[in-house]
Amino acid sequence: MAIPGSGLAKGLAVTLRTMTKKTVTAQYPDVQPELPPRTRGVIGLFEENCTVCMLCARECPDWCIYIDSHKETVPAAAPGGRERSRNVLDRFAIDFSLCMYCGICIEVCPFDALFWSPEFEYAETDIHELTHERDKLREWMWTVPEPPALDPHAEEPKEIAAARKAADKAAEKAAAAAQAEAEAQAQAQEEQQ
Amino acid sequence: MNDVLDVALRLLVVFAVFLVLPLVIGQTEHKVMAHMQGRLGPMYAGGFHGWAQLVADGVKFAQKEDVVPKDADRRVFQLAPAVALLPYLLVLVAIPIGPSEGAVGQVVDAGIFFVLAVMGVGVLGSLMAGWASANKFSLLGGLRTAAQLLAYELPMLLAAASVAMAAGTVSLPGILNAFEWWWLPWQIVGALVFFVAGLAELQRPPFDMPVADSEIIFGAYTEYTGLRFALFLLAEYAGIVVLCGLTTVLFLGGWHGPFGADGLGWVWTLLKTAVLAFVVIWLRVSYPRLREDQLQKLAWTTLVPLALAQIALTGIVKVAIQ
Repeated sequence: MAIPGSGLAKGLAVTLRTMTKKTVTAQYPDVQPELPPRTRGVIGLFEENCTVCMLCARECPDWCIYIDSHKETVPAAAPGGRERSRNVLDRFAIDFSLCMYCGICIEVCPFDALFWSPEFEYAETDIHELTHERDKLREWMWTVPEPPALDPHAEEPKEIAAARKAADKAAEKAAAAAQAEAEAQAQAQEEQQ
Repeated sequence: MNDVLDVALRLLVVFAVFLVLPLVIGQTEHKVMAHMQGRLGPMYAGGFHGWAQLVADGVKFAQKEDVVPKDADRRVFQLAPAVALLPYLLVLVAIPIGPSEGAVGQVVDAGIFFVLAVMGVGVLGSLMAGWASANKFSLLGGLRTAAQLLAYELPMLLAAASVAMAAGTVSLPGILNAFEWWWLPWQIVGALVFFVAGLAELQRPPFDMPVADSEIIFGAYTEYTGLRFALFLLAEYAGIVVLCGLTTVLFLGGWHGPFGADGLGWVWTLLKTAVLAFVVIWLRVSYPRLREDQLQKLAWTTLVPLALAQIALTGIVKVAIQ
C-alpha cells in the first residue's frame, strides 16, 4: 500500500521537475519556427515548365486554380516542315482562401511546374488578396528549398539510374571499340614482321 | 521632533515594503507558474523577461471604469477593498525582521494577538463585498468565505498559541529571542497547521473555493472592476507576504540562522519568507481545488485535532524541561 500523502508529494515533484525542464513556448514573431522538410506553406509556380495541360486545375478538389491560355503557331523549324502550335499561358492563379493544401496539383503536374514552399506568412486583410496571380506564384519559387537529401541506402533516383545506365553503356561501347582497334593494330604489326 | 521623524520614516519603509513585496511575489508567481507548466510567462512588458508585467496590469486596472451595480449597497461596496487590504499593512508594522530595535515597524507587546486579530479583519472585506454586491454569485462567495474563516481561524489560533506557550510570551520579538533550533522539530506540526490554515484564510489555491471561477465566477469579487478589483488582488498577495512572514517569525526562527554575521539577521528573515512564498506558489500549481465539504472536513477533522495535539505536546515538553 502506498504511504498516505505520497500522491501529494508526487504532484509537487511533477511540477518541480517541469520547472527545471526547457519550456515549450514558441516565441514566434520574434523567433521563426524551425519547420520540418517538405512543409506545405504556399504553392510556387515555375511557369517556364508549364505547358497549360490543365491537369492541376482539373484534379484540384476545391477548384481553386484558374488557368487561361491561347494557342500560338510556331513557324516550321526546318524549311519545308509543318507549322507547330503551342499553348501560351495567359493567367495562372491559385485562390489560397479555397485551397486546402492537399498538394494534389503538385503531385499531378507531369512537367514539374508546381512546388511546395515553406513560406506561410501571407495573411491578408482582404480575402480577394489571397488569390495569388501568376507573378506572385512565380515569386514564391525563389523560396522553394532544395529537395531534402535521400535517406542513407535509399534506392537511386530514377533519373540518375537511367543516366548512369546510358553512361555505362557508352563507356562499354567505347572500350570495346578501343580494344578492337588495338587488336587490329597488333595484327597489322605482326603481318609487317 | 526626532520622534515624529522616526515614526514617519518607519511607516514609510513599511509602506514601501507593503507596496513592493506583493508585486515581487506576484511577478514570481507569473514566472514560476509558467515554468512549472512548461511555459515562459510574460516576456514583453518592460523588455527584460516581462519584469514590468504587473506595472502594466496596474496601469490597465487604473484606466478601467469604476462600476458600482445599481442595486449594490454603495458605501459598503466601495469600502470593501480597503477593508480587505489595510489589515495586512497593519500586520506588516508588527512583524520583526531583525533582532535590532530598528528592524520592526512597531514593537507590540501582545504581538500574536494583534497580528491574528487584525488578519481576521482582512477576510471581512470579502464578506462585505459579497453581501453588498447584490449578486447571488457574490453572496455565495461571501458565505463560503465566512465558512472558511470560521473553520480555519481556530486551528490557526491554536497553532500560534502553541508557540506562545513554548516561548512564554505573546510578543513577536520575545518569541524570537527565546527561539532555539530544536523548536523546529518540536513545533513542526504546529507550523504545518498554521501555514495550511493561513493559506485557506487567504483563499489561495487549493483552498480557493470562495472564488472558484468555474462555479461562482469570482465569488465575492464578481462585481468589481478597475482599481477596486486590483486592490482585492493586491490584498491576496499582501496576505501571502504576511502569512509567510508570520510563519517565519513564529515557527522558523525569523532572524536566527545556522551562520551569518550579527547585522544580517534580516537576510535570514527575508530568505525564509521568500522560500515560503515559493511554496505557496508551488502548491497552487500542483494541487486541484478542494471541494467545499472537503475543505470543512480538512479543517475540523485534521487540522483542529493536530493543533490540539501540538498544544498538548508543547505543554508536556515545557513541563518536562523546567
